[in-house]
Amino acid sequence: MAGHTAALDSKTLWGGKISPFSTSYGKLMMWFFLVSDALTFGGLLIAYGFTRHDCLEAWPIGEETFNSMPFLGHGYPLLYVALMTFILIISSVTMVLAVEAGHRMDRKGVTKWMIATIIGGFFFVGSQGWEWYHFIHGSEFGKIELADGSVALVRGHFGEIKNFTVTKPGKHHKIGDVIKEDLMHTFQHAAAAGHITNGVITLHDGSEATISKATDHDLKLIVKKSGKVNKASKAKREITGAKAEKLYYEALYSGEANRVIYGANLKQNEYGPQQYAQFFFFITGFHGFHVFSGVVINIIICLGVVAGTYHKRGHYEMVEKTGLYWHFVDLVWVFVFTFFYLL
Amino acid sequence: MERDDLIEYSLDAHHSEEKGVEIRKKIYKVTILLTLVTIIEVVLGAVIKQDASIWPLVKWTFLALTILKAGYIVMVFMHLGDERKWLRYVILVPYFIFILYLIFIALWEATAIKSVLNFFS
Repeated sequence: MAGHTAALDSKTLWGGKISPFSTSYGKLMMWFFLVSDALTFGGLLIAYGFTRHDCLEAWPIGEETFNSMPFLGHGYPLLYVALMTFILIISSVTMVLAVEAGHRMDRKGVTKWMIATIIGGFFFVGSQGWEWYHFIHGSEFGKIELADGSVALVRGHFGEIKNFTVTKPGKHHKIGDVIKEDLMHTFQHAAAAGHITNGVITLHDGSEATISKATDHDLKLIVKKSGKVNKASKAKREITGAKAEKLYYEALYSGEANRVIYGANLKQNEYGPQQYAQFFFFITGFHGFHVFSGVVINIIICLGVVAGTYHKRGHYEMVEKTGLYWHFVDLVWVFVFTFFYLL
Repeated sequence: MERDDLIEYSLDAHHSEEKGVEIRKKIYKVTILLTLVTIIEVVLGAVIKQDASIWPLVKWTFLALTILKAGYIVMVFMHLGDERKWLRYVILVPYFIFILYLIFIALWEATAIKSVLNFFS
């Protein structure tokens, strides 16, 4: 801001007679670092755009991919990520309030707002963990490959699995055992491996069991990749009713591996082209790592504030510099939010 | 070691209680604005489907709103708006030159690659 260069000799300034742009060395270097980091994120997002632009398959749509909420289940498009964005914006606000309090040498205020920022940061990192968990585990129905070679997402109301009753013994289970734990996980694993036929599941140990499960309803297939019969064209991409049920169970009970895919990993994912999940993991992971390191830096600086280090120094510029980094993390999220979730 | 080289300019950043009230008011205003923009984005994203005919307009609205949000974060929260004019230029101009060039070249190449892929598939 307003420079008062007249009173300063060359020793006081950083090297020359006058400091560039009347800014301290630390702040300027933080800005330069942020420019380079912003170029990194810019490069990543542009690479994402590049891949999306030249991809021949249909790219996943944010509101179809991210529609679950904690405790509420599915069917809430973009709500959770909106909440995450809001948390990060609020923690950015508390950070800027900490910087403002620092300019008034209000140590209590700085401490209060820094702690609020750290809590917001932890909430965001936790939310991202939840988001990843959901992304990796996927939806209840997953994605299916139909008999004609087309690929479709499945939506609808998944009937609850009650238990598995063993009918043929294996290494661990005896006839008549009723399995009540880890049902969904076991079901999806078996389905992906093609180990479910009409109502009977083959478990890991080679035993067979009947599935007691409520019926699914309102099945809807969204064709993502055209096959010989089903097309991914705008008008025809949704299949509902009895036809959807027939096609879904045909794939589920086919006995072939990978006809049904749940969730995402680096090899395959239910949402769309392979690169989509890879970009998701890399970009949100890289951003999440920035948030995490931001929280760690904030904690260190907050300890300095509590100890009175910066008060003795006569200014709270360290808070301002970490604040710059923290706002940058928020800034990057604004772009990730737009490119990954909205567009 | 005492870093007295950092102190003088940093002391310039101090402001009074009255100025603080004013600055906080601005911060709260920007908070409300950013929240509203996020709500608008989510509602648009959830309501309008990507195969709707109005989608291209919505897409550009998203981009415009994102730039708006980014502008407020950089200029107000990061105080770049309060810095010297030339500091602003030194930060923003190189960034925009590189990024706009990268966007241009990436989209250009992606279009070319897509036409090749389409040709052979």
